[in-house]
Amino acid sequence: MKDKLAKIMEQAIAQIDASGELDKLNDIRVAFLGKKGELTSVLKSMKDVALEDRPKVGQMVNEARSRIEQRLEEKKSSFEQKLLEEKLKGETIDVTLPGRRQAAGHRHPNTITLEDVENIFVGMGYQVVEGPEVEYDYYNFEALNIPANHPAKDEQDTFYITKDILLRSQTSSVQVHEMEKGKLPIRMIAPGRVFRSDEVDATHSPTFHQIEGLVIDKNITFADLKGTLQEFAIRLFGEGTKVKFRPHHFQFTEPSAEMDVSCFKCGGKGCRFCKGSGWVEILGCGMVHPHVLEMSGIDPEQYTGFAFGVGLERIALFKYEIDDMRLLYENDTRFLKQF
Amino acid sequence: MNTSLSWIKAYVPDLDCSAQEYTDAMTLSGTKVEGYTEFDKNLDKIIVGKINKIEKHPDADKLIICQVQVDEEGKEIQIVTGAPNVKEGDKVPVVLEGGRVASSHKDGDSENGFKIKKGKLRGVESFGMMCSIDELGSSTDMYPDAAKDGIYILSDNPEYAEAPVGSDAVELLGLHDVAFEYEITSNRVDCFGVLGIAREAAATFGKKFVPPVITETGNEEDVNDYISVEVQDSALCKRYTARVVKNIKLAPSPEWMQRRLASVGIRPINNLVDITNYVMEEYSQPMHAYDLDTIEDRKIVVRRAADGEKFTTLDGQERELDSTMLMICDGRKAVGLAGIMGGENSMITDDVKTMLFEAATFDGTNIRLSGKKLGMRTDAQAKFEKGLDPNTAMEAMNRACQLIEELGAGEVVGGAVDYYPVKKEPISIAYDADKINALLGTDISEDDMVGYFETIDLEVDREKKIVIVPTWRQDLERLADLTEEVARFYGYDKIPMTLPESSATMGGLSEKLILESEVRGVVESYGFCEGMTYSFESPKVYDKLNLADDDMLRRSIVISNPLGEDYSVMRTSALGGMLTSLATNYNRRNKDVRLYELANVYLPKKLPLTELPDERVQMTLGMYGQGDFYDMKGVLEEIFSKLALTGKREYSPLAGKNFLHPGRQADVVYEGKPVAYLGEVHPAVLKNFGIGERAYLAVVDLAELIAMPKEGVKYAGIPKFPAITRDISLMMKKEILAGQIEAAIEKKGGALVESYELFDIYEGSQILDGFKSLAYKIVFRANDRTLTDDEVNGVMDKIIAELDKLGASLRK
Repeated sequence: MKDKLAKIMEQAIAQIDASGELDKLNDIRVAFLGKKGELTSVLKSMKDVALEDRPKVGQMVNEARSRIEQRLEEKKSSFEQKLLEEKLKGETIDVTLPGRRQAAGHRHPNTITLEDVENIFVGMGYQVVEGPEVEYDYYNFEALNIPANHPAKDEQDTFYITKDILLRSQTSSVQVHEMEKGKLPIRMIAPGRVFRSDEVDATHSPTFHQIEGLVIDKNITFADLKGTLQEFAIRLFGEGTKVKFRPHHFQFTEPSAEMDVSCFKCGGKGCRFCKGSGWVEILGCGMVHPHVLEMSGIDPEQYTGFAFGVGLERIALFKYEIDDMRLLYENDTRFLKQF
Repeated sequence: MNTSLSWIKAYVPDLDCSAQEYTDAMTLSGTKVEGYTEFDKNLDKIIVGKINKIEKHPDADKLIICQVQVDEEGKEIQIVTGAPNVKEGDKVPVVLEGGRVASSHKDGDSENGFKIKKGKLRGVESFGMMCSIDELGSSTDMYPDAAKDGIYILSDNPEYAEAPVGSDAVELLGLHDVAFEYEITSNRVDCFGVLGIAREAAATFGKKFVPPVITETGNEEDVNDYISVEVQDSALCKRYTARVVKNIKLAPSPEWMQRRLASVGIRPINNLVDITNYVMEEYSQPMHAYDLDTIEDRKIVVRRAADGEKFTTLDGQERELDSTMLMICDGRKAVGLAGIMGGENSMITDDVKTMLFEAATFDGTNIRLSGKKLGMRTDAQAKFEKGLDPNTAMEAMNRACQLIEELGAGEVVGGAVDYYPVKKEPISIAYDADKINALLGTDISEDDMVGYFETIDLEVDREKKIVIVPTWRQDLERLADLTEEVARFYGYDKIPMTLPESSATMGGLSEKLILESEVRGVVESYGFCEGMTYSFESPKVYDKLNLADDDMLRRSIVISNPLGEDYSVMRTSALGGMLTSLATNYNRRNKDVRLYELANVYLPKKLPLTELPDERVQMTLGMYGQGDFYDMKGVLEEIFSKLALTGKREYSPLAGKNFLHPGRQADVVYEGKPVAYLGEVHPAVLKNFGIGERAYLAVVDLAELIAMPKEGVKYAGIPKFPAITRDISLMMKKEILAGQIEAAIEKKGGALVESYELFDIYEGSQILDGFKSLAYKIVFRANDRTLTDDEVNGVMDKIIAELDKLGASLRK
């Protein structure tokens, strides 16, 4: 009996090992373990076994069955593994073919630049506010210390609608609206469109954007102005950016300055881009003129402040190395999709 | 404003710096140097040579061979030239072998000049070149004594005749000099004169400022015997000074004066004109000279012109004047347009014998406005416009008379007429070192501050702590102005950099800006690129859009001084810009273009404007190529969803937009208010803009949407009970809208309808002509129980009955 079992097992395992495909395994299973299988027939012949030997034989049969099953299982999983490997191999793709992209739209370089600037100042506690583009002469000029017939008024080539209503030539007008609200301290930036009567060319446009900044509080100093704008320049143009302040004149600030930043293209060595100087003029700024504070009902003995104005296009053109301002207003998608 | 370095050094003799050092230091102290030109940049090895001998070239008719002496010892070199104007004994500028000149006879100017090598001309060796003024980088305009075509014969000019042979010709001609170009701000009227800039230079470099010393001039006669002055408008003429010069001898002015004028780009003419220009440059005070023999009644009257008065200025142009303009007249007629240009009838000619010199202070604004009206822009006018200091007028007058005497240009008559009713006095400003430091964030000593004031000629009274400001510094009015002076000379770069250490403030964007940014995000995710167009429009765009004559979009604000018709009105919609941008892309063969613009439109409340218009922010979308009406509609749906506008929204097909396809346009009505519209562009409009394929537009009045109340997002729970789905296929006449079907489903389905979806539309051979089929999947669900088929069947029956009433029947 024992020999017979051993022989069956040997046969079964030999057949399993020799089997070449998955389907064969099932035939083997049926041949040995099925209802009419060889092992089953051994079980069926138990009645011929002596009673006392039956448990032992039963155990032997079970062992044989489990060994055959185990071997079947091993063989099966090895077949499956092989099949899977073959399948995967057949599914190999060319990973260098182009990826599929969602055709998402692109934000205008002006807007991206503006958002960069906004993020910097919002982080420093500034509110982003807006003011009207069609504006009263008072807010654009008079309240900024530029009275009627002042030559500074002529310099700006302003578009007029009526005698008193114009297209704002500077976002500085928003300063006045903000100060008139009477809520101090003020920390604001005011981005927006401005208009000047300049013929269209590579560096001029009758419509462009400025970002005005205004801080009014007790004990605000020129040193604070310098420190704030340096911080701004470093965050916008990167670590290592240097700033230089030069005296200048604006009617609504005193002292006034212009700020240059080290040329971000050549790092200050001088290149075609910065006309060899190593510096690029980026904004005008100054301490709010006491008369401007007075006109808006703020006591200059108690409060001081600083203001600055940045040309958005100027920064965008520099940042993206765009050489013609007209591209910004043409809306050719081959241009817009680059940003 | 320009000056040369040599002219500055005339008043700051100790100044010793390179052009670059000067540029940097002046810019940092507030006199911005925009750039400079070194006249000798490309001039090298150029000396005064003397032609000792001239022979004919054996093989060329037009060439001559010169033996040119190049040093005092008598060394000669041979130069072959084709110049026609040289003769033996002439002294000429010679560039030696290995030297450089700025310009070439053949090739014009060059960035780096031209190197001179020895060469052979038709077989004869030549070791250098004799130079024309052009080759030296200048012109006969600036060197009137130089030959127009040919070599500059130095010895023809008495001032150069004795120049030693071999000496530096560039030096002799004053070309070792630099011209600086400045950007002077409008507040620094004094710096529109060389003296003002020289004073700044002296202060910047800590050197002594030495202005010209003006001496007494004039003979024993009395000017009042020659002329009287009557000013009728003292508001427009604050000061009028006059002197008389007789026995005028016109001649070229001396080289030093010619060179200074030339260095700032002013062409030397003759001694009288040059003196006038020279003093104007020095003091920023324009002067005018009249031929006294043309002045009738020996009288000057300063008055306003009559309306319509005609006057011929010295450029020969007849001008029509009005009563705002100021005239200079004699006893009978007008002789000059005050501050702008003299008259043809009184101008100085070569025969002038006696001259009336005028130095006046006219009102800057008036001069500016008059010039503008007349379309004139003269140098004198440009100076007056700044608003000159009346105290400078007499100084400049006396300086000019001094130069006339020094140059022997005429005999100055004693005395001066001076109309000056209200003398401008210096003002004093209290200074406070603590306040100055507090504003700057510095710790500068009072001594240093006083030092800075004194370097720019401000008088300081330390006892009273006041600064007395000379009248030429009109920009200094209060402490803040003095603070800037301290900062300038302390150095902007030395002021520390700090951050404000004051109250905390909340930074952030307004709700409007946040929502705008969200809407940008939505449209960008649908492939729309952001464009920007001008806020101006051409009124013609209304016709291109086929707008009806009474369309509200035609009510636009008109700019009174536009750049041209194309930019003459403020846009009432961004459609013109959008369609133009689409057309630009179409013409450049860009495919599948989707653009958006988030921009203000300007809607007047009343025309003409009496108050500010309504500036509304709109989202304008435009596209062609892939996508149709429903793609555009999908974007709008997404915007509503993003803004959490969950109220009732309807699409009305009767938008009434002439620029859109009549059968493919809709108004979007939200909670009863039209807030947007969309549609396919009308073929006629496409044609007007030159777009060759179907295009779609949508305009969302974001201002309206932003103002609307929004539901905050609330979690609704994930359904626990199963849904029952029913599909229905409906047949109906084409005219019936899907919106009507859906309204019926909602109405009769009530709360049990969770959602429905249109999954098929069919028109064609399978169904009747004029009919269409719509198929909907309707999902029913209750949130508190499992629905039964019976329940759902009941609701379906009601829906079907309602649809039947509409004319939509179940398709069998």
